[in-house]
Amino acid sequence: MKWRLAGDSLVTIELGTTIAPRVHAQVLQLASALAEARVHGVTDIVPAYGTIGVHFHPLVTDLAGLQSTVQRLRDSLPEAPVLSGRLHEIPVRYGGEAGPDLAEVAAFAGCSPEAVIDRHSRVEYRVYLLGFVPGFAYLGVVDPTIAVPRRRVPRERVPAGAVGIAGAQTGVYPTATPGGWQIIGHTSATLVHHDRTPSAVLAPGDRVRFVPQ
Amino acid sequence: MSQPSVLHVLRPGLLTTVQDLGRRGHQSTGVAVAGPMDAFSHRLANWLVGNGPDAATLECTLIGPHLEVESDGLVAVAGADFDLTLDGVSVPTHTAWPVRRGQVLAFGRRRQGARAYLAMGGGGILTTAVHGSRATHLPSRVGGLDGRALRAGDQVPVPGAAPVVHRRARGLVLPTAGRARLRVLPGTEVSWFAEAAWQTLTRVSFQVSPRSNRMGYRMEGPPLPVRRHDTMLSEAVARGSVQVPPSGEPILLMADHQTTGGYPRIAHVISADACVAGQLAPGDFVEWVACGPDEALAALTAREHELAVQTGGEATGGGVWAT
Repeated sequence: MKWRLAGDSLVTIELGTTIAPRVHAQVLQLASALAEARVHGVTDIVPAYGTIGVHFHPLVTDLAGLQSTVQRLRDSLPEAPVLSGRLHEIPVRYGGEAGPDLAEVAAFAGCSPEAVIDRHSRVEYRVYLLGFVPGFAYLGVVDPTIAVPRRRVPRERVPAGAVGIAGAQTGVYPTATPGGWQIIGHTSATLVHHDRTPSAVLAPGDRVRFVPQ
Repeated sequence: MSQPSVLHVLRPGLLTTVQDLGRRGHQSTGVAVAGPMDAFSHRLANWLVGNGPDAATLECTLIGPHLEVESDGLVAVAGADFDLTLDGVSVPTHTAWPVRRGQVLAFGRRRQGARAYLAMGGGGILTTAVHGSRATHLPSRVGGLDGRALRAGDQVPVPGAAPVVHRRARGLVLPTAGRARLRVLPGTEVSWFAEAAWQTLTRVSFQVSPRSNRMGYRMEGPPLPVRRHDTMLSEAVARGSVQVPPSGEPILLMADHQTTGGYPRIAHVISADACVAGQLAPGDFVEWVACGPDEALAALTAREHELAVQTGGEATGGGVWAT
């Protein structure tokens, strides 16, 4: 466990440096225990792939106290269960206008568009992280043969429901935003409800399957 | 309790948004904090009209709005120095003044600073809260008025009456002649950069690019070469961090920043100076001044003291964030 300060109001606890379900399960477990511990002045706890970001008020939070609380929690937690989240099945129309980059991904992979669809939809993904915009979930791990890098020039506007790939990550744009991921399909599923708390449909640790329509 | 009233937006200004101290506790679901670019002035404006620090104000950017009030009330403006008029008669900043039904409050020429905060007595702007906050987050269109900036013809909900208080204050010391000093701590990934990069950052002035917004300021200056080219996994990021994408052009993360990011961070502006950064306009210059963690804390204590002595401590407390 490593501690990295990011300025005077954010500290990052690092449990691992890879995209791995086992590390991620530990991250979620510790983040949840820390949230329950209600450390004074801590305003946000943000689990990511192998890290937990802890936002705190510099004049209120005792950093040494926070560190010892985290150490104590970590020592007392049982081994984290890896498969615990809900399974979501997300219908996807691949290719055509719904997936303008499908041909490019096929060219990258040296296979047919149908093979890209198969490789993208046969994996059960894990929700590693929510970020970018409300409801945007970073899912992994994408089949390495279709793990195409981001577009060199991001699009000014990617529509809500667009399904994209960026390296080992895949995900769905919950709202229309600028975006650099390679868009291979579109879903009619709603992934964010701004009138609900939490607004995101997917949660870290959940599992996702894309179902070709 | 009196009937709620509205402000009629005659001219919206360049970028006028509803802001309170921000949306906390939801970053794990990708929901950004948002809130004022200069929280010090936001809190001061609220105190001037007798509101709590988390009441919503209007953040008025570079060109302010013209607003007609529908009911008698109490108004104060803090932060950037604008010419302000009420029915054409000049009124001061950093002072609470009563307004009457039908009067027009107009922002004129901007003299100094970039963002002014307009507070309405009786509880502030009353748009609907989303996840416990009225703050507008423009990129995700959440909060405020439909998640967007004010437009002509909008009706902004406000209290229908306010107890009159007579308060004045000294505002934040604004960047002068388009220059500001921002104190920085070494970045989390400072070792990823060539040694010369830190020297460059702290010796050369950088200029706020016109391609800047509430999410972040792009900073123009000499390139800051990255030595290590590993891909970083995305993780939590904070306001004030100076991240450097592959182009070498640093971005200072501001109020609407994303919850997570994956670019190396060369420096972090200390919390005490976040409000000063919030008063910068495109074209302004920044001098980055290296400091240590003890100095960062002392500076924040001093900043809070500066506010507390003016407000008798009333602008602090209850879920308040420093700057």
